[in-house]
Amino acid sequence: MSDHDYVPKSKFGKWFNDRLPLLTLGNHLTDYPTPKNLNYWWTFGGILSFCLIVQIITGLTLAMHYIAHADLAFESVEHIMRDVNYGWLIRYIHANGASMFFLAVYIHIFRSLFYGSYKSPREIIWIIGIIIYLLMMAAAFMGYVLPWGQMSFWGATVITNLFSAIPFIGEGIVQWLWGGYSVDNPTLTRFFTLHYLIPFLILGLVVLHIWALHVPGNNNPIGIDIKKPSKDTVPFHPYIVIKDGFALLMFTIVFAFFVFYSPNILGHADNYIEANPMVTPAHIVPEWYLLPFYAILRSVPDKLMGVVAMLSAILVLAALPWLDTSKIRSAIFRPLYKQFYWILVIDVLILGYVGAMPAEGLYLLIARVATAYYFIHFLIILPVLGSKEKTIPLPLSITEPVLEATLSSATIREKESLN
Amino acid sequence: MILLVSASYQVKAAEKVELLKTDWSFKGLFGKFDRGSLQRGYQVYTEVCASCHSMKYLSYRNLSEKGGPEFSIEQTKAIAASFEVTDGPNNDGEMFERPAKPSDKFVMPYANVKEAQAANGGAYPPDMSVLAKARSGGVDYIYSVLLGYEDPPSGTILDDGVYYNKYMYGNNIKMSQPLYDGSVEYNDGTEATEEQMAKDVATFLMWAAEPHLEARHKMGFKAILYLIVLTILVYFSMKKIWSRIESEV
Repeated sequence: MSDHDYVPKSKFGKWFNDRLPLLTLGNHLTDYPTPKNLNYWWTFGGILSFCLIVQIITGLTLAMHYIAHADLAFESVEHIMRDVNYGWLIRYIHANGASMFFLAVYIHIFRSLFYGSYKSPREIIWIIGIIIYLLMMAAAFMGYVLPWGQMSFWGATVITNLFSAIPFIGEGIVQWLWGGYSVDNPTLTRFFTLHYLIPFLILGLVVLHIWALHVPGNNNPIGIDIKKPSKDTVPFHPYIVIKDGFALLMFTIVFAFFVFYSPNILGHADNYIEANPMVTPAHIVPEWYLLPFYAILRSVPDKLMGVVAMLSAILVLAALPWLDTSKIRSAIFRPLYKQFYWILVIDVLILGYVGAMPAEGLYLLIARVATAYYFIHFLIILPVLGSKEKTIPLPLSITEPVLEATLSSATIREKESLN
Repeated sequence: MILLVSASYQVKAAEKVELLKTDWSFKGLFGKFDRGSLQRGYQVYTEVCASCHSMKYLSYRNLSEKGGPEFSIEQTKAIAASFEVTDGPNNDGEMFERPAKPSDKFVMPYANVKEAQAANGGAYPPDMSVLAKARSGGVDYIYSVLLGYEDPPSGTILDDGVYYNKYMYGNNIKMSQPLYDGSVEYNDGTEATEEQMAKDVATFLMWAAEPHLEARHKMGFKAILYLIVLTILVYFSMKKIWSRIESEV
């Protein structure tokens, strides 16, 4: 990489850069050699950064008007919706922004699964990503508690109660989390504090995520190692910047439709009823993005084992770089893995669906089968597939398959002989 | 606590009843409230619902604000002045009654939840400020419940003070049928049929729950149009930039 050779043009720039190499960093970021065959699934990294910034800015604004008190929280949210200038806009962006954030992160994760981006040498990027995802779930859950509606209250009660499954110390931990003997004002104030803190932890981890990415460079749809910089790469600016920008704009159009035309469709009506510890809602459901894990939790008859299963469903992802024994990254060259990949996608969608349904009868049976398959995919299919699968031969460089689309292989050979 | 969690598991899938539908003027990309309907809806609320149902997040001034019923300032002042509120303490340390001002919140029918329950056979008439967003089905549900009173199917025995409603969750409701043809007399000459009143009051409740709905629709259209134009421009810029290299984008 040419980073170290970079010398600022101006005298002041050179003086400054010798003391704090910000300009070197800027140069690295603009010149960063990126595979030129990245498809639109790769634009979700940038989209996710946008989501995080939007959540932080709208969140800070909301925090200026919100009151974290059990008696006033619900009212203060209504105050934001009615009397704060554009308060409705800021709150709807923040509430729907959480859903958009998760939509983008799921696409980002499943892109990584398809193209094998988690494999060596990118394991650390992947694991940091899993930690970010865990923190996102914690932040989203605690954020959903803050309006202090019925789903806030009962969701918080159900989820915090999961800790009581821990033998011996479980009940103690739950009371410690609550700051009392039930979900109440102390719970709300600490959730608000943590909800405020977590996005900044995520921001720090995002920096590490990108830093770790910039060591080996991006994976690409072909999944082969490429020389950087070479004719297989383009500088990040302007090529990737404009492409990410275009994709981001498409994403914001979808985002805007939710915010302006169906801002409550992703939420639950019960959360517009103020929290009432004396009345349990008929049907306690988490937000849509947590439903697959909720389904896994409920599919196990034993409470402790249910919690263990739910946590394992996430932690198994952290072990993925070692569970997937295939040396080939991209599913394009793994015909069998490709099929199992799509079965997994359908499996997770089914889990999400049954997570929203009552856990009984056929729904429960489906949830159990889908949960079992989820673990079978990661713990059995992937390790076995690595040694058994007949893969398709890899191309030597990106240029070869990219050119194939437009030029015949004869012309490629011709070109190469000319070189 | 395990009971709590498992209780939520055992919810029976409620039988779905198709809700009544009507043509709401506020749905769709350019949806706006029907001003007349909002004003009539306020009349239904204040003459029928308000004796039991509070609207604690609304102030009288909201009635004159843009995007709402848009009563004139004078009308709003007169509406507010027809209610008495407790203010104080004054310089003698005493609370006193005075006519309400537009800046006051809607006067509550009961002093507290306990009083409301005592007056209504143990059931608490829910606050109506955000009711239209607090029920799945939204305004359609409210409209349906208002028109859903009928005789219980034979064999159903209802407790005293419980009524049968086709659309109510669980079919039992502690509110007696609130609207009958001619329950109110509209000032604008509209015939006060059951359907008309149900539609008007449901519209009013939708506005109460979402007072900035019109501003939201208007801004949404502009924002999305802007984004689409920008996206197209960026698309062509991208094509131009990527044309420098041999690669598809």
